[in-house]
Amino acid sequence: MTDSGIIIEGLRKRYGEGDTAVDALRGVNMHVSPGEVIGLIGPSGSGKSTLLKCLGAVTDPTAGRMTLGGEVIYDEGWRIRDLRALRRDKIGFVFQSPYLIPFLDVTDNVALLPMLAGNANAAARGRARELLEALDVAHRDKAMPSQLSGGEQQRVAIARALANHPPVILADEPTAPLDSERALTVIRILNQMARQYHTAIIVVTHDEKIIPTFRRIYHIRDGVTHEEEGEGRELPGTP
Amino acid sequence: MISLAGRDILHGWGKFVFTGVGLGLLIGVTLTMAGVYRGMVDDGKALLDNSGADLWVVQRDTLGPYAEASSIADDRYRDLLALPGVRAAANVTYLTMQLKRGAREVRAMVVGIAPQGPGTPGWPAHLVAGRHITRSHYEAVADIATGFQLGDRIRIRRQHYTVVGQTRRMVSSSGDPMVFIPLRDAQQAQFLKDNDAIAQQRRRTSENPAFNRPGVPGLLEAAIDAQSSNPSVNAVLVRLDPGARPDEAREAVRRWEHLTAYTRHEMEEILVGKLIATSARQIGMFLAILAVVSAAIVAFIIYTLTLGKIREIAVLKLIGARDRSIAWMILQQALGLGLIGFTVGKVAATFWAPAFPKYVLLVPEDSLRGALAVALICALASLVAIRAALRVDPAEAIGG
Repeated sequence: MTDSGIIIEGLRKRYGEGDTAVDALRGVNMHVSPGEVIGLIGPSGSGKSTLLKCLGAVTDPTAGRMTLGGEVIYDEGWRIRDLRALRRDKIGFVFQSPYLIPFLDVTDNVALLPMLAGNANAAARGRARELLEALDVAHRDKAMPSQLSGGEQQRVAIARALANHPPVILADEPTAPLDSERALTVIRILNQMARQYHTAIIVVTHDEKIIPTFRRIYHIRDGVTHEEEGEGRELPGTP
Repeated sequence: MISLAGRDILHGWGKFVFTGVGLGLLIGVTLTMAGVYRGMVDDGKALLDNSGADLWVVQRDTLGPYAEASSIADDRYRDLLALPGVRAAANVTYLTMQLKRGAREVRAMVVGIAPQGPGTPGWPAHLVAGRHITRSHYEAVADIATGFQLGDRIRIRRQHYTVVGQTRRMVSSSGDPMVFIPLRDAQQAQFLKDNDAIAQQRRRTSENPAFNRPGVPGLLEAAIDAQSSNPSVNAVLVRLDPGARPDEAREAVRRWEHLTAYTRHEMEEILVGKLIATSARQIGMFLAILAVVSAAIVAFIIYTLTLGKIREIAVLKLIGARDRSIAWMILQQALGLGLIGFTVGKVAATFWAPAFPKYVLLVPEDSLRGALAVALICALASLVAIRAALRVDPAEAIGG
């Protein structure tokens, strides 16, 4: 185990009480090191989304412990008072649909997070340009989201997730709307970014095309995770 | 920090502008209603200003001559001239009637003015064309709002009058333009009966044994003469010496002449506080309803726009935007909509106000109050949308 990245120990989540109570998570244990990309797979209703919401600090776990970037954020209760700031500064999100803000151009979609964190506009836009260049979409910096292709939108979404140097990125089925080639490109980019920015990335997916690319996979079933080795198949275009 | 509201408005400016124009027309109607009320008050003040009087002497215990009927003998002005502090006193009659102008009719207030000449209370202070009345009969000065031109012939009752001069903004408290004619003619027009009625009255008088006594020659003629003459006016307009106190002059009139007198301030109270009070309340009701309708429209629009952005709001909350940032975004949009609406409304009201048949006075103070009211209404209307936005769960962005 590492002392940074993500460490989850005995995480539980129960919805409801009494006879109608449902245990969505029954003691999840996971760890993801900085620079590592792991797959989280499981059937519908297995608890993937609940785990993601607990990790994303938008749902309160019932019990357990979570450590993020070396800091205990949950231990039988939140240890961080400002969960919004936690999400803003420590967690990046990539969704199935990019969910870019439609009225902001590409640069400002990425720069918004550093701005929300209190950075000056110029510094925030500088950071955005750096990430857009790293993700090879800098040439579309003034475009509006509606003018981008699906793949470009997802790259911008990844850039946004990385904007505040978070120790962890949660990617919720980021390749679902993409064809095989673009899906593998997105995974390659996520791996590249994880290495470049020492970020731990959890990719929730059903996508058979990308599952073989993970070196480690967590299967989740009935609220319990099982770790296994992945194929770690070489990604096209990886240096 | 970038302005999320500003970017959103710029992104969907067409939707915002068209919505703002619709709201603006409603605000324009609201500003015009306020202008109608201001116009009524200004008409009343113009009537008082143009009369050139410091005191209005009317029939005892009446609110005449504008708010109630008033009739006093036309020789009482001489008694008033004898009172201390009185510089000038002149009889005046007011009669509102329909005048024919070609095929059309115009409602006007016919004012009978004493024959002392320009500068006398009741006379128009300024002419925009032509000259004042110089003859004792059958000349008229008409306000340009009547549509009569110099040289036009106006029929009032049985007589025809030639327009020799024109005035501007000489109106009654109802906004009807004035037509000035000599006092004697006005008295006849107001009090004289038609020929059939005179003949009938003469017959009745001659058949009355009390007036037609065989032993009293001349009694019947005297009685008929008395019935045919018109020694009444509606009021006497009094101008005081410089430095004379209107209150003292008013008390003197009450005590010694057994008439009622009103100072300028009291007359303004009667016109604004009594004569147009019901209309003011009516307009006030309209303004209140329009304000509620505007608020409902703004609330609905902002709420709808916010519901259309639920996913973006969830994402913003998930990535760490503060509630106050989201609330500020919605509030700014509501205020932006109000700003567009107010600008359109102000421009629209300014353009269409002159087309109204009666005077619509748009004063900057009302515009300022209107702008503040619009801002307040928009702020209150945005609360519903802000409440909905703040209840959005950031987990909605993750789905599942």
